[in-house]
Amino acid sequence: MDDEVNTSGAVAPILRVTGLSKSFFGVPVLQDAALELFPGEVHGLVGENGAGKSTLMKLLAGVYVRDAGRIELDGEPVDFTHPVQAHQAGLSTVFQEFNLLPERTVAQNIYLGREPRKGLLVDRRAMNQATADLLEELGITSIRPTASVSSLSVAQQQIVEIAKAVSYDARIISMDEPTAALAGPEVELLYGIIDRLRRRGTAILYVSHRLKEIFDLCDTITVLKDGRIVTSSPAAGLDDASLVRAMVGRPISAYFPDALPGTATGGPLLQISGGGNSQLDDVDLTLHAGEIVGVAGLQGSGRTELVEAIFGAAGFTRGTMTLEGRPYRPHSPRDAIRHRIALITEDRKAQGLSLNQSILDNALAVVRSVTPRRTAVARRQAPGVFSSLEVVARDLDQEVQFLSGGNQQKVVLAKWLAIDPQVVLLDEPTRGIDVGAKVAVYSLMRQLAQEGKAILMVSSELPEVLGMSDRVIVMRDGRIAGEIPPSASEEQVLQLATGARGVLP
Amino acid sequence: MNRLSSTHIVYLVALATIIAGTVLVGSAGRNFFSPGNVSDILTGTSILGFIAIGQTLVILVGSLDLSVPYVISLSSLIGAGIMANQPGNILPAVLAALLVSALIGLANGAVVAGLQVHGFIATLGMGLIVSGYLGSNYQGSAGQAPLAFRLIGATGIGPVPVSTLIMLACAAVVLLMLNTTRLGHAMYAVGGDASVARMSGVRTRTPVIAAHVICSTMAGLAGLLLAARLGVGSPTIGSQGGYDLLSIAAVVLGGTLLAGGKGSLIGTLGGVLIFAMLDNIMSVLQVNPFLKDVVRGIVIVVAVAVYARRKVVHRPARFGRGPAHDDDAPPPGPGTSRQGGPSRGDGTGARDEVSA
Repeated sequence: MDDEVNTSGAVAPILRVTGLSKSFFGVPVLQDAALELFPGEVHGLVGENGAGKSTLMKLLAGVYVRDAGRIELDGEPVDFTHPVQAHQAGLSTVFQEFNLLPERTVAQNIYLGREPRKGLLVDRRAMNQATADLLEELGITSIRPTASVSSLSVAQQQIVEIAKAVSYDARIISMDEPTAALAGPEVELLYGIIDRLRRRGTAILYVSHRLKEIFDLCDTITVLKDGRIVTSSPAAGLDDASLVRAMVGRPISAYFPDALPGTATGGPLLQISGGGNSQLDDVDLTLHAGEIVGVAGLQGSGRTELVEAIFGAAGFTRGTMTLEGRPYRPHSPRDAIRHRIALITEDRKAQGLSLNQSILDNALAVVRSVTPRRTAVARRQAPGVFSSLEVVARDLDQEVQFLSGGNQQKVVLAKWLAIDPQVVLLDEPTRGIDVGAKVAVYSLMRQLAQEGKAILMVSSELPEVLGMSDRVIVMRDGRIAGEIPPSASEEQVLQLATGARGVLP
Repeated sequence: MNRLSSTHIVYLVALATIIAGTVLVGSAGRNFFSPGNVSDILTGTSILGFIAIGQTLVILVGSLDLSVPYVISLSSLIGAGIMANQPGNILPAVLAALLVSALIGLANGAVVAGLQVHGFIATLGMGLIVSGYLGSNYQGSAGQAPLAFRLIGATGIGPVPVSTLIMLACAAVVLLMLNTTRLGHAMYAVGGDASVARMSGVRTRTPVIAAHVICSTMAGLAGLLLAARLGVGSPTIGSQGGYDLLSIAAVVLGGTLLAGGKGSLIGTLGGVLIFAMLDNIMSVLQVNPFLKDVVRGIVIVVAVAVYARRKVVHRPARFGRGPAHDDDAPPPGPGTSRQGGPSRGDGTGARDEVSA
């Protein structure tokens, strides 16, 4: 993959970083970091959340100003104090949060703030043409420059983000978790774009939690831990295990913990037969007590809609559901919660948490509103729940917006544990959280299964679905395409998910 | 219905209002389309139009302007005061009134953009300050507009009043600014998401300040126009009209998002037209003032409720409703082919719900 560009000493690095350090409020978050990026190189940056990856990227992007160290671009020291300066110097960043205006068109987004002009007026035609050219260069023909961003899929929006970064004539593009919201074939699309960029001689700094991508794409891998660079070496000399060990400082043999002793699959708890609504059809599914069922499928295949239907957010309009043998027809989430059903939503910032409220208030949010009489009990139990989940926070009065992604997710989990759920629905429970927090989520799932709860987990990460589930259902176009045992291969899942026979690995 | 933009809806409602007006006014034995009545309606659009144009910009950048009624009054007093019935003073009077208005807008914008005070509070404070100045310095009407100036408020080309033409000319300029200049694009960007705008290299304060300056200047123009109609300046003319809330209502009725970042000036003009026609119809029918406000209130709330519903429906249905199973879409081809074209809801869930 990397035979076209030589990254050996003969080529001068585009970017050289030495001794880069940054502290916030006296807490060092990045110390003495060094990094070299060569033309045409894809450089993976991995580490747990809080390891300093985002800080490093934001220092390079000019979002933060460094405390110490040196950043050289083509051998010249640079000093960015605003993201735009970095862009103009050819260093673009695709941040994890989407930086697009949904109500504006693709072209308006890409050329925001530097629209091509004819005299005083924006030259709309030139702008749309430049956008079309740019997308074509990336091999994308399915996105119209005049389409409004809100009409695009998540994957397409991601491509627009990357196109925007490229449009600054970027020679270095750093990407923070570019696949966090993508699945299967969409990731392949991104691979294609990165390959084109690499061939143009663009250097790419690639941050991801998905080790498969890191190994698929990267020539060099740098591991950050606790604000320091642990190793930086060619990808060829590394494997999953050694990388994870470097990241967490311990072997990850318990990455997907086994079922706890005494876990037994009991009787059917939740049964759906012939369930359907505008997004789903013909859903037959039974969840047993003590069982973890995984839901795989592409973006938009109806996975989120399935858990939302069970949770009463957008309920079934056809078919029947029973809970513990009794008819169950939730007409609102509140109704579902009263039946002790919990949904850990996909988007924790928008749907899971009140970011500017305290940890404790967030954890008590559901109990307070649905079963207020249990509030006092839940409040007494909260400290214990948080310590068992290993939430790292100053105290329970801290606002959740200041927590890392992993800790935020633990607060969401605590909020739902407070209602003592019997059915736990998890939608992408480990998206964007670090390995340590992932393991905590997995352990909790095993524990809940042991307690006899039924668990339904939606995930785009196939190793996770296969590693954690007792059974896996695969969705396609609003229907259950099939059910497979966890011993199945990722290829089998993809075949079911795409409906293709000989699908790409 | 879902294909219609909010601007389309506004003009459909305007059309419905015209039809209702024709019938209702006709049943009262009058002609809705008589030159006199059309002129009345258009006159009604001019004052509110000026203010709503400015208010649209301010709301688009994510702010609000509650100081407009007091700027209107102040501008009418400065204008009529300096004119003092001398035709030669018209130009300096107009310039002075607009300059003071613009400076008030500049102050509003500076407080909102620089001190990060929300426009609601910043302009509430400014409104109180100006209102205090007016209350303590003017006991009643003051100044005198000369005949030449008063003609602006009284003449027209056919049934179209000059004041409406000035308002439409201002709207055209602002529309051009919004849609075809970097400043206009920056206004949408800052109102849509200030941090996105900043990260894209937009100077995020400039559009906010510019919107406030334009809004206040428009209010100043409205004040001058009122002075032309009345022949004098008045310290209460702005607040009597309730132009602050009415202009916000017209903007929102026109489909602009109160949170900013989305909207159109054309829609606002539609909103203004609807309000002007409603007023006219109810005046002709001699509806009592209380009922007038009830109708206005219902129109604005229903409009926003309609827009809110439209925002919720963002996932196109994959399967029909009801028990029938024969309406299923044919099974699509290999899923890989779906990654390209505008998707039927691929992943729109998470993102759209965030922005909703």
